[in-house]
Formats: sequence, C-alpha cells, structure tokens
Amino acid sequence: MQEFLQQLINGLSVGSIYALIAVGYTMVYGVLQLINFAHGDVFMVGAMVALYAATGRVPPSMPWWLHGLIVGGLGAWFLIAWLVAGRSPQRCLRTILPLAAMYLLSVPLLWGVYRLWRPSSLPAWMQSSFTMLTPAFLRPWVPPLFVLLVSLAACGALGFIIERLAYRPLRNRPRINSLITAIGISLLLEYGGQNPLVFGATPQAFPAEMVPGIHESLFKVYGITVSRVDAMVLATTLLLMLVLSWIVLKTRTGLALRAVSFRFDTASLMGVDVDRVIGFTFVLGSTLAAAAGFLYAEKYPEVQPLMGLFPGIKAFVAAVFGGIGNIAGAVVGALVLGMVEVLVVGYLPNGSQYKEAVAFVILIAILLVKPSGLFGKHVIEKV
Amino acid sequence: MHMGVKPLRSVCLFIVPVVVVALLATFGCNKQDATTSADIPIGHFASLTGDTATFGVSANEGILLAQDEINAKGGVLGKKVRVITQDDRSQPDEAKTVVNKLITQDHVVALLGEIASSRSIAAAPVAQDAQVPMLSPGSTNPKVTQIGDYIFRACFIDPFQAKVMAEFAMDNLKLKRFAILYPANSDYGVGFKDYFKQAVTKAGGEIVAELGYTEKSDVDFRGQLTKIKAANPDAIFVSGYYTEAGLIAEQARELGITVPLLGGDGWDSDQTLKIGKDAVNGCYFTNHYSPDQDSPQVKAFVAAYEQRYKNQDGTPKVPDAMAILGYDAMRLLCDAVQRAGSTDGPKIRDALAATKDFPGAAGAITIDKDRNAQKPIVVIKIEDGKFKFVTSINP
Repeated sequence: MQEFLQQLINGLSVGSIYALIAVGYTMVYGVLQLINFAHGDVFMVGAMVALYAATGRVPPSMPWWLHGLIVGGLGAWFLIAWLVAGRSPQRCLRTILPLAAMYLLSVPLLWGVYRLWRPSSLPAWMQSSFTMLTPAFLRPWVPPLFVLLVSLAACGALGFIIERLAYRPLRNRPRINSLITAIGISLLLEYGGQNPLVFGATPQAFPAEMVPGIHESLFKVYGITVSRVDAMVLATTLLLMLVLSWIVLKTRTGLALRAVSFRFDTASLMGVDVDRVIGFTFVLGSTLAAAAGFLYAEKYPEVQPLMGLFPGIKAFVAAVFGGIGNIAGAVVGALVLGMVEVLVVGYLPNGSQYKEAVAFVILIAILLVKPSGLFGKHVIEKV
Repeated sequence: MHMGVKPLRSVCLFIVPVVVVALLATFGCNKQDATTSADIPIGHFASLTGDTATFGVSANEGILLAQDEINAKGGVLGKKVRVITQDDRSQPDEAKTVVNKLITQDHVVALLGEIASSRSIAAAPVAQDAQVPMLSPGSTNPKVTQIGDYIFRACFIDPFQAKVMAEFAMDNLKLKRFAILYPANSDYGVGFKDYFKQAVTKAGGEIVAELGYTEKSDVDFRGQLTKIKAANPDAIFVSGYYTEAGLIAEQARELGITVPLLGGDGWDSDQTLKIGKDAVNGCYFTNHYSPDQDSPQVKAFVAAYEQRYKNQDGTPKVPDAMAILGYDAMRLLCDAVQRAGSTDGPKIRDALAATKDFPGAAGAITIDKDRNAQKPIVVIKIEDGKFKFVTSINP
C-alpha cells in the first residue's frame, strides 16, 4: 500500500511536468488549430538559456556590433516598409515596437544576470541596498528568480520571432503547410542546437542547487516522500492554469482570443487585431514552455538539445487525451498519462520497455470512445 | 517562378556545376593511396559529441598524445602516423557511416574505436568486410570481438568486470542482497547486468529486484526506485553510463534510499560527479585505471597529459580511463604495425593477435585467442565529490 501510494506520488510528479508543457500546446492549438511541434524545442531553449544564465556564461553585455545590427535592422525595416512598401508609419511602428521593447529589456537582463552571479562586481551602493531591502530568507531566491526571468524573456522573444517569420506568412495557406513548417522549426532548433557554436550536443549538468533545498523532501508521511521540486512543479502548473483561465475568460485580450479561436475571419471583421492576438498567444505559450523547461531542469538536472523531444511528444499526447484546445483537459490528461507510465513501470514485468506503448493504447481506446478527447467538444470556452 | 527564367533551365544552371564539382572532388580523392602517401593514416571513430561525448573526447586526446610521442621518436616503419578522427555523435548508425568513409575515402590502414559497445558492434562488420583491423580502446561487451578475426580490443571484458565487482561487494563490503537497474536498450548495459547476476548467484548472493530503463530517453527513475526500495537491498547495481547514473543516484536519495550504488567503467566521467553531486558519495565502480595509482607508467602518462590538456578554467585536466585506453590502444596498434613490417590488413591483424605483455601505461596487455586483452582492473570509490582509488586486481 505504502509502495502504491509512493508510485501515485511519482506519477503525479511526472504528470505535472507533462501538464506544464501540454498547457502551452493546447493554447496555441485552441487559437490557431495549429499543432506547434516546435513547442517542445522552445521548452528545451528555455532550459538551455536558464543553464547559461545560471552558470554566468552570459556575456556581461552585448557586443557593440550586435547593438548596431539590431538598431540598424529595425531602422532599415521601418524605412523600407514606410518608403518603399508604402505602409503607414503607425503600422510600421506597431510591428517594430514589440521587437524594440524586447531589445531594450534584454540589456538590463543580461547585465543583471551577469552581476548577480558575481555579487562582488555589483557597485557598492547596490550591494548594500540589496542587503538592506531584501529580508534574509528571500535573498537566496533572487538569483534563481532572475534566471527564470531571463529564460521567460528569451523564450517569449523566440516564440514571437517564430510566429512572425515562420507561421504568419503561411497563415492563409492550407493548414498542412504550417504543420510542416512547425516540424521544420522543431528540427532546426534540435539540430541547430547541437552545433558546438550554439549549445553543443553534449548533455550538461544543470545547477539545480541554486534553488535552496530543491532536492530535499518537503514532507514524509507514512514512509511516503514528497520532494520540494515535485510540489513546486505541481503548484506552478495549477497556478498557471488559474492565471491562464483568468486571462482567457476575464480580460479583453482573452475575449479577443476567444473570438479569434471561434471564427478567425469574423473576428477580424469585428475589429479584432488578429495579428496581435496570435502574436500574444505565441509569446504566452513560449513563456509557459520556458517555465516548464526551467522546472524540468531543476527536477532532472541534465540538459541537452534533444531534451524537448520526448516530453514534447508526451505533452502533445496528453493535450489530445484531455481534448485539445481545453486547458483543464490538458492538465488532467497529463496527470493521467504520468500515472499510467509510472504504474506500468512499477507493476508490470519489464514495464519500462513498453510504458509508452501502454500509454498510447489507452489514448487510442479513449479516442475511439470519445473522439474529441476527455473534455473536448462540449466545452464552450475553448481557448 | 516569375523571374523570366524557365524553371528547368534555372534548375540545370544550379545542378550542373554542383555535379561537376562533386565528380572532381571524388576523383581527386581517389588518387591518394596509403601506399604512395608519405604518412600512415589511422582512422579513429569516436563520440566527440552527444550523450557520451566525454568518452570520445578523452579517447581522442589520449590517441593524439600517443601519436605525437610516436612521431617524435621517428614514427612507424620510417613514416609518420596520422590519426584521422571522425565524430559519430554517440549514434550507432552514424558510427557505421563514418567508418565506411574512413575506409573508402581516407584509406586508413587500421581503425581505432569505439568506447561504447553498441557503436563498436555497429561499425565492426564494415571493418571486417574491408579487412581493415579494428582495435577498440574501451568496448567491454564480449560480442564486439566475436564479429570477426579483424576485430580486437585493448581492454578487459564485462564478465571479468562483473565478477570483480560482485566479489568486491560481497567479500570487502559484506553485502548480500542486490537490486539491479539496467538500460534495456544498450548492449553494454544488458550484457554487464547478466554477467553481474551470474557472478552474484555463483558467489551465494541474492538478486532481490531487477528493473530496466530506456537509455537516452528516460530521465525519471522513481517508478523503478520505489519498487527497489520496497525490496530493501544492500546495494543497487546500475549497469549503464554516466549520463543516467547521476540522475538515478539523486532520485534514489530523494526517495530515502541510502544504500550504495555500484557500477562499471561506464560511470567513468566527471559528469557523474557534476550531475550526481552529493548523491553519488559512497558509491563504487570498477574501472580501467585510476590517476592515483602508484605506478611509474601511470604517473608519467598523467604528467604528460596534464601538461598538454587543460580544463576550461585553465587548470590541468586529469585524464580519465578513456584517455589512457586511447593512449594505450594507439601505442599498441603502432607497435603491431611496426612488428608486421607492413601496412597490409592481414599482416597487422596477425601482429595484433600475437601481442604478448605489451607495456601499456595502464598495465601490461596480452591479447588472448578471442582477441580480447588480459589486463588488471581497479575499483574506485566516490568520496567527497572525488574518485578515490581503492584496489587493483590482476586477471
């Protein structure tokens, strides 16, 4: 009994990671009916960026030529779009603004991460005010939170750029084009990331210990251990689910999102800025992937460019299982998938070799009975 | 295609030069031949990147060190030796491809590689068919050299390694009940596990649990470890590579399992320490050598290696077992070419097979009738985040 309960906890802990990734999958699908296969790889980039930020391998600032390239590129884009393509200056500015904001944000983030990892390099007044302003119990949490912030920002930017460059030009083409592009982006990130100049193919140890006491147990009852990292992952998943539901159901952007998801062209006729809504969806989905990547690396402290492959597939399955497009469904689907996998490993002989097979058989069985997934179809609030 | 050029024509404009260049390149390469070139090319296929990248990188560093030492002493048969290293990205299919390339395009006279048994087993048939002798520096699965009479190894095999670990655990550590966790998709892991099981049963011990995992894709082992915890063993034997060993140790400690983990030479990488951190303290594994060993050959090798190779932070890099295996394999191979007096495949093969008491840095090497090396083995304990030499055992 004790062993069985521990296995359930293990399943919950695996499932909550899948859930974190599945939520991003299902949200993008809900809006665009696009299966964003690159999601698992954005998740990988999130973990990688966190690794580089946490080990202080980010440069203290961008080199001058990169500043020049970004500012020059944005300026050139503006001028060409305005003077050559004949767009209105306001419209040009609107395209450039998010990119410019991302650029301006990256400067203090890079600086902050670099210095926080070497506190002695901070100016004296900053060190003293840091010590004064933050209570002692909060201080060790500042660096990991900053690392998380950098990873969120980087993946948000990446999501925006992917949507802008890869999906938007294909939006009015047959859906299969976008799907193949998504697979292409996924392969680009996986194999481009293996290049030694990017991340390199070698698995690297992630400094999980930056979060205080991450691998200690939160509590032990009746011989059952719940570790802090599991609790953290589960809590984050539930929190994100609530925040997402709030955004989707209670905000104006959420209303626009639902409108776009319901009828794409009608929404645009009604004055919804479809480009902006879709861009927002991708940024939100990618930041979710980054958060998942960070927590995943905290839990399994070993990162490499192919790490997004299996979790991505499992999360996709979980999203379909719960009814793709439905946030709560994705979470439930992921938790069920995690449980099934762990129980198969624990209770069937040689279970580890066919845990995926069993999980997929269950998926097929459910889809045969309920083709739209556990919570699909009849839920009106699609995201 | 609205640019005024017909599609077919534009395609032709692109394809023709490509084909011409490709043809020129192919014929240009064919002119080069081992017999006419000024040096002796030796191929090395290794995992320079990928899951087990430290294996390939270390072996390659050892091989290059040996290459330069041999060339400084006048080379082999009056010519310089030249090692051509190809990366197989830690993938068996890729190993086969690069070995094909080394044989057909670079015309190597002999091959060094691989460390991982799965990749040696994938590539060996290619070498065997082409009658190019292949010497594996560190593949310990017995199947590797059973592929053919051109395939050799410069290290001990898993039955020996498993027997030593089983006897060490039972006699020295006084352990009796073992749980096993093994990678079900690895030739090395499955073979090593089977030999360990046999050795334990023969010595009167007991296997209380035996569970598999999938190498390169599994990162969560809590399901298996919970099962193992319920079986209450004295130690857990993990027959996989360092990539998983650290994660397994960490998750075991999280679940409250405090017994030591035991492993083999697949653990030998500083990644075990980096990923496993405190969780791997108190664990043991068998290995080909230890830098702390009290032997003049080992000390000379460590000094030469540390002088040449540095870590990222500029400190001298301590050679791991794969480095010394690469070093010894390269020297053994060149010695065999010298003894053969020729770069002919069959002659090098016969010279390799006749190797007796070759003075390797990690101990004397004798090639037995199954083309395996008879060599001493060491047991290593992990203590305070470091590998500590415990004992050395002769075959």
